[in-house]
Amino acid sequence: MSILVIADHDNSSLKQSTLNVVAAAKAIGGDIDILVAGENCGSVGEAAAKAEGVNKVLVADNAAYGHTLAENLSELVAEVGKGYGHILASAGTTGKDFMPRVAALLDVAQVSDIMRVESEDTFVRPIYAGNAIATVKASDSIKVVTVRPTAFDPVAAEGGAASVEALDIVKDSGLSEFVSEELAKSDRPDLSSADIVISGGRGMQNGDNFKMLESVADQLGAAIGASRAAVDAGFVPNDMQVGQTGKIVAPQLYIAVGISGAIQHLAGMGDSKVIAAINKDEEAPIFQVADYGLVADLFEAVPELEAELKKVL
Amino acid sequence: MKVLVAVKRVIDYNVKVRVKPDNTGVDLANVKMAMNPFCEIAVEEAVRLKEKGVASEIVVVTIGPKAAQEQIRTALALGADRGIHIESDEEVQSLEAAKLLKAVVEKEEPKLVILGKQSIDSDNNQTGQMLAALTGMGQGTFASEVVVDGEKVQVTREIDGGLMTVGLKLPAVVTTDLRLNEPRYASLPNIMKAKKKPLDTMSPADLGVEVSPRLTTLKVEAPASRQAGIKVGDVAELVDKLKNEAKVI
Repeated sequence: MSILVIADHDNSSLKQSTLNVVAAAKAIGGDIDILVAGENCGSVGEAAAKAEGVNKVLVADNAAYGHTLAENLSELVAEVGKGYGHILASAGTTGKDFMPRVAALLDVAQVSDIMRVESEDTFVRPIYAGNAIATVKASDSIKVVTVRPTAFDPVAAEGGAASVEALDIVKDSGLSEFVSEELAKSDRPDLSSADIVISGGRGMQNGDNFKMLESVADQLGAAIGASRAAVDAGFVPNDMQVGQTGKIVAPQLYIAVGISGAIQHLAGMGDSKVIAAINKDEEAPIFQVADYGLVADLFEAVPELEAELKKVL
Repeated sequence: MKVLVAVKRVIDYNVKVRVKPDNTGVDLANVKMAMNPFCEIAVEEAVRLKEKGVASEIVVVTIGPKAAQEQIRTALALGADRGIHIESDEEVQSLEAAKLLKAVVEKEEPKLVILGKQSIDSDNNQTGQMLAALTGMGQGTFASEVVVDGEKVQVTREIDGGLMTVGLKLPAVVTTDLRLNEPRYASLPNIMKAKKKPLDTMSPADLGVEVSPRLTTLKVEAPASRQAGIKVGDVAELVDKLKNEAKVI
């Protein structure tokens, strides 16, 4: 049976998470098609066609799909996906929004946020904030699956030569409309896919102090994250939250600054390759998972870190 | 307008989860249970809508074993008007939960259905969206602000890059994110009053829904544990280790 991957994109470029999902599709095995649904998204279709191991790219280009409204997108995906054995999407906020609707329209279960593929019907996923790992077998004829992108190494973005086909299917439910969007603008790498992440917690004390992390992040080419405590306290916006209910990250290096390390936070960054932690409380749980722990006042340690990095980079 | 809120009984979020030695699941025997935190936010939002005069009646529904009535009583103490308990000792998965809730929606005809975005046990993040699809309603998921305006609701949603606001026709489904509100605590007099509020109990069969799980959990394991590393003496040593030992900078 073949696999339909729903592309993650912003109408102009293909997000890397799509390449991670294609990698998960490869692990399942079978022909892989990508569906690009958007508005004026031709360049995304072309990029998807170059991805390694893709058979065919279907492009549904219509104003109804411009803002990823779940009501419209799910009807399209359910109709196109009927002929496939698997429908896969990234477990970002877009995939989490429309995929369960697709599953319900097809009267099948969904397997959320898979970390590993055991076989074509058996998947491994975290439950209880990653404190338990379940192996789940799906019995429906169509498997609707969302994929944790950081758990799969992306396929190559270049080298493929899939055919591109335009789809003339318009689903406009009339149930919802796009009103507005406030997107954080940043020159830094995307938090979910950055190689280095530096995050601040309640210990940062206020939003202004996050500027200290910015200078370190600029030196390292790192993204900046935060714990739920820092977001709830209003220091930084919600899209920076790392954890069970925020973003899941797995960078090469995760630097936790003034973060105690609640299990909900560890659920979002515990798969990082190397974890460094700076905290003045030597009993902080973050030290139980950190490869390198520094017990120090962050207001002294972070400026020192900036100076020290200047010497070695 | 009538608001329906769905809540779930889950392990208390402060409890440390232990995987059973036979790998069949998580040990829930003698463990403190509570209302799922996102469901508390859903109840609070409904109560605030009632306080603003937008909602006229709040009906709270749960699916689960007999003990799940505790969570209904909690919601009633927080300000819900009456409860519906769909009693089932079996595991009810998201799609079946959505079908049961659909049957309740058809009976109660609420204008707004509010649910938590995910439960902290299965972490699925599915039921609200599935309910919306099955009932043909629009959905505002991961809500950080809900504004009802006549026959429409505007929902500001927490998305990966920031915030997105959508307008939905009523009736609609809203699922809550963490920053929608801060739930109140129930006062003792309200806890006493809640005991007298009406609560209906029914079975999945009463609603004409057959509960048949599509997913089988083959095993549940503890995650690979991460070992604590070393403590470094100062920042210079930290940078040296990151550069020369871990080679990540």
